[in-house]
Amino acid sequence: MVQIFVENKPYEVKPDQNLLDACLSLGFDLPYFCWHPALHSVGACRQCAVKQFRDENDTSGRIVMACMTPAANGVRISIDDREARAFRAGVIEWLMLNHPHDCPVCDEGGECHLQDMTVMTGHSRRRYRGAKRTFINQDLGPFVNHEMSRCIQCYRCVRFYGDYAGGGDLAAFSLRSQVYFGRHQSGVLESPFSGNLAEICPTGVFTDKSLKRHYARKWDLETAPSVCVHCALGCNTIPGARYGSLRRISNRFNGAVNGYFLCDRGRYGYEFVNSPRRLRQPLLRKGRSGPAAPVSATAALRRLREIISDSRVAGIGSPRASLEANFALRRLVGPAMFASGMSEGDWRLAQKTSRILKEGPARSVSLDEVRRADAVLVLGEDVTNFAPMLDLALRQSVRQMPVRETSGAIPPWDDKAMREAVQQRRGPLFIATPAPTSLDAIATTAWRAAPDEIARLGFMVASLLDKSAPAPAGLGSRERSIATAIAAALGEAERPLVIAGTGLGSEAVLEAAANVAWTLSAGGRTAGLCLTLPEANSMGAALMEGGPISRAVEAIESGSADTVVILENDLCRRAAPSLVENLFEKARHVIVIDSLINPTVARAGVALPAATFAESDGTFVSSEGRAQRYFKVMPPSGEVMESWRWLAAMGPAADAWRMVGEVAKDLENDLPVFSGISAAVYGAGFRISGQKIARQPRGYSGRTAMSADIGVAERQPPVDDDSPLSFSMEGFQGEPPPPLIPRYWAPGWNSVQALNKFQEEVGGPLRGGNPGRRLIEPAPGRPEQPPAPQPPFFNLPPAPFSPPAGRWLLAPLYHTFGSEELSILSPGIRQLAPAAYLALSQKDADDLGIGAGGIAELETATGFLRLPVRLAETLPSGVAGVPVCLEGLEGIVSPGEYVRIRAASRK
Amino acid sequence: METPLTANIRSGHEPSDIDAYRKNGGYRAVLKALRSMSPAEVAQAVRDAGLKGRGGAGFDAGLKWSFVPMGSDAPRPKYLAVNADEMEPGTFKDRLLMEGDPHQLIEGAILSAYAIEADVAYIFLRREYRLAARRLRQAVAGVYHSGLLGRNIIGSGYSLDIHLHVSGGRYMCGEETGMLNAIEGKRANPRSKPPYPQTSGLWGKPTVVNNVETICNVPHIVNNGAPWFRELSHTDEGGTKIYGASGRVRSPGAWELPMGTTLNELIEEHAGGMQDGYKLRGLLPGGASTDFLTPAHLDVKMDFGSVEAAGSRLGTGTIVVLDDRSCPVGMVLNLERFFARESCGWCAPCWGGLQFAVELLTDIEAGQGRMEDIDLLESLAKMLGPGHTYCALAPGAAEPLASALKFFREDFERHVHEKQCPWNRA
Repeated sequence: MVQIFVENKPYEVKPDQNLLDACLSLGFDLPYFCWHPALHSVGACRQCAVKQFRDENDTSGRIVMACMTPAANGVRISIDDREARAFRAGVIEWLMLNHPHDCPVCDEGGECHLQDMTVMTGHSRRRYRGAKRTFINQDLGPFVNHEMSRCIQCYRCVRFYGDYAGGGDLAAFSLRSQVYFGRHQSGVLESPFSGNLAEICPTGVFTDKSLKRHYARKWDLETAPSVCVHCALGCNTIPGARYGSLRRISNRFNGAVNGYFLCDRGRYGYEFVNSPRRLRQPLLRKGRSGPAAPVSATAALRRLREIISDSRVAGIGSPRASLEANFALRRLVGPAMFASGMSEGDWRLAQKTSRILKEGPARSVSLDEVRRADAVLVLGEDVTNFAPMLDLALRQSVRQMPVRETSGAIPPWDDKAMREAVQQRRGPLFIATPAPTSLDAIATTAWRAAPDEIARLGFMVASLLDKSAPAPAGLGSRERSIATAIAAALGEAERPLVIAGTGLGSEAVLEAAANVAWTLSAGGRTAGLCLTLPEANSMGAALMEGGPISRAVEAIESGSADTVVILENDLCRRAAPSLVENLFEKARHVIVIDSLINPTVARAGVALPAATFAESDGTFVSSEGRAQRYFKVMPPSGEVMESWRWLAAMGPAADAWRMVGEVAKDLENDLPVFSGISAAVYGAGFRISGQKIARQPRGYSGRTAMSADIGVAERQPPVDDDSPLSFSMEGFQGEPPPPLIPRYWAPGWNSVQALNKFQEEVGGPLRGGNPGRRLIEPAPGRPEQPPAPQPPFFNLPPAPFSPPAGRWLLAPLYHTFGSEELSILSPGIRQLAPAAYLALSQKDADDLGIGAGGIAELETATGFLRLPVRLAETLPSGVAGVPVCLEGLEGIVSPGEYVRIRAASRK
Repeated sequence: METPLTANIRSGHEPSDIDAYRKNGGYRAVLKALRSMSPAEVAQAVRDAGLKGRGGAGFDAGLKWSFVPMGSDAPRPKYLAVNADEMEPGTFKDRLLMEGDPHQLIEGAILSAYAIEADVAYIFLRREYRLAARRLRQAVAGVYHSGLLGRNIIGSGYSLDIHLHVSGGRYMCGEETGMLNAIEGKRANPRSKPPYPQTSGLWGKPTVVNNVETICNVPHIVNNGAPWFRELSHTDEGGTKIYGASGRVRSPGAWELPMGTTLNELIEEHAGGMQDGYKLRGLLPGGASTDFLTPAHLDVKMDFGSVEAAGSRLGTGTIVVLDDRSCPVGMVLNLERFFARESCGWCAPCWGGLQFAVELLTDIEAGQGRMEDIDLLESLAKMLGPGHTYCALAPGAAEPLASALKFFREDFERHVHEKQCPWNRA
């Protein structure tokens, strides 16, 4: 620690930071614009000026920029100095020269950093009489609204978009007070992280376009802590709702997970909650094939209890439903009759994934550890499309090595100088995938190969790092030299990381990744291992003993069960059509609980409307193994209920569980792997100063009027039995414990930047720690001398890839927008989702006589499929890429399947 | 009086080609240095000469070089960037040197690059200097042909490439670090210092940026030695200086004179005094971004120290003269319009403060100003001062503004009182 003096008072602060960091961490209100805790200092706006004095005798001092001045021992500054205050007021005056005073009609109004800083600085009277510069705005696509005339030229947008997130299509144009931040022409922003611009921009230039379509002020939004449902990474979110509809998602800081940012799928996927395809009422089918008619919840439950008491029930859970919902189903049907809801292949991969992480010595890393990794090997995964925030994290990890090499001369917080010094140097990142990925551009080496060849490369790397690990036979010399380079880079790293996952559907790739990470976890070093999974609770479902969907189907087929309850699971996306068909044919009753009308719901005997994440509480376990609780943002409306409540109500446990916390407690008792998930959150009885935490901000307006169409008497706010949060503005408005933070606000800080006030130090963890409880920790270190004869490695490298003549291996290709089930119902995401296609290498397409845009016919295990062909230059021959779950392809592709392909005759 | 820099320059003639240049003793310094001097010795000679940077800031060139990491451990490649982006209004000294004697610059560049063991040198040329571009390109080709550039120059083991880079055409590209970004193909925003270019410059590698005139001095220092160089000057700042004058003087132009020649001598003798009917009201001693001096300062010696003591800066040493029949407010407005237009848009005081200043000056000049606008301008000029901004552009813009308000305040006030420009009555 070093000592600095502010207004002549000594303070202990951390070294290796600048004065703005230090002052904000100490709680001083010092205004700023261009600085951002994740982007650091560039000194452009000059807003954080303070007076620095040589020593206690220096009375004149000089103006310095706090963000550009190291917090060195003995530094003396004054924030309150008259000249410094006048200078800061001058800066605001300059920034406001061209700023339109359109706050009342600006989407940022009420959560605008520029408003906050203007008030903080005290500039209130316009002296500039000249014309303001104005701009023509661009259409940047469905996510981000552009209003350039509001710009104050802080450069944060391009620094985030280009420097931090690697986007190439947003830039600063022109000069003087006319710098234009935009694309070279109107068009959809290419980066899958573009939505962060709405939070990065300190004013209303970039705003959330989805919010604009159903706008509400920040002070009118009911908010609660939540967790993203659109992939398995478990990014923390703050959804905002009003009038019973979800209006937007904003970032909830979790230093170990998503930090300050979200991907666009996570930010904009929420609109499925408001979708017209929502199931809002129970549906009861007359007979086996009669029409389904809406009934009341009471009537549905009456019928359900009859069915359940009279049947042998099997249950199919879901990797997108909460632990609590899955467990309620497991309780209802009994462990033997409970299936996880995954396909055969997904189940096998998920089991392997959790076992590798639980039983091996490598550490399942958080996203933050990915950001800090200094050498990375990606085996098989297109992380950008599968788990987008991993892409953003890797873009930071490649800077670790060069920044470390440079940081002797330049402090790491001096972002501009650091980037000039580092230039294009990037730390080791090796990528081996079948198809090109957008990270290839920053990779040390990007290598294209079939899944088995990727696994063989991994096995080779492991065997180079540790001779006791098995080497694949017959590896080519190019592969050998790549493996050697990878082994060298990983071996030298302080924090090596291997990324693989279930995306390719290859167990061999998972085994290879494990071997590499395990060889690296020796000699006191713990290597990182990041294994991606597809859905928000895939890991939770894997840890909850169950089995694949087929387990339930077999139970029905064998007669040990005659009724099936399907929880939040569209089987048609996961299982072969014949399997699903069988189930519906053979089961006496099919009960489906889900939030959206999908093909499975459409065939149900009883369909029950489930609450989405926004209307329920529950726990997801992320792919890291982090259990995180999410809370209702709004109460479920009408006949909609949380899945676990439906399940509790239809079975004998009806009286046992009144709140979600009780389900979680029983889950912990039944399955010790989940113990601790309740301890990480605060129970429904938790109070601060005797109060619940208010979901509504103090300024929440219209409460007495919003139901005036129904009655003029002010209605009692809904009661929340499940959590210590209230559906009202009454309650605690201060800083609750991190897992319960419903929004960032502090006096004078109305924008997202109020987050500074919730952290131990700016950019650091939340006061009270990052939310979530890790359920998986690495096994104790592998012994240096593995006990003979069986080394603790996977021992069977696959044989070289050689597809049977005339057949192609189907490699799944993912799309950030389109491959995920729920987000596709958001209009913006649907707009950006590509149409179904088949990817072939040039050579294979030529051999088949299909040109680009031609139509290929696939013969799969389940039938024929016609798809337009896209050429993928570097796809290995013998591998055909098929996008996962794009419209028309749901449930079609099973990874690892070999198919026949021919040119389709023109119809 | 020796005029080493301009000895080869003959007005109205094509410059010497490489053969003629060599016949007059050209490239002798390169041969001498590469054959018999170490890089450190070349650097030491320049250090001893006390050569101050002629681009405007007057920083000791040899000292600047001494910050470059040397030896086999030094990061490579290292770069020399010759600042030939002469965009300072009223300044045309480098143009004279490049158009008149391009080989002198190339010889200086080779020597300077050798002194810091640079592998590559860039000449960053002002966009509008087409003639200089043609002549430099021709000259560089000639030097390559003669074997004094390229791999292993005259068997010395030293290799150097020189590239001519013509600017996109913005004032900001002439700022030391803005230029580095421009060469890298980025926006010409300035960079923060530290790190200084000598350790982290072009593409993050050690780089020295020197002005054309500075570099043109180097061959003569290597040939003749530091004592000779110091002797050239009237003051303790060594060498000659190319001075210039523009405005309503009888014979505007540029002249090589001993460092420390007085303003009076420059205007009266070399520029021929004021034109008939015009009186001297003030002058910018070293280009647009220096403080006004007045007739009371005519005895000031034009070197870095003396002009600074008088309250301005030597800058580029090229005088812009304000006469009594021109409106000082109009002149300042014209200057500030230039600076505001050329602001790169990076830091708020520059793009915002200058926009504000131009607006206020426009109002005053148009007779629509208010008295409080003058105070506002004064506080603006103060707030745009050194240390408050990212680079020297805005502080440079503040200098003529602040000094005009000091020396010509009554003229500003007359504009407000009379509600029109006294020099341009309706």
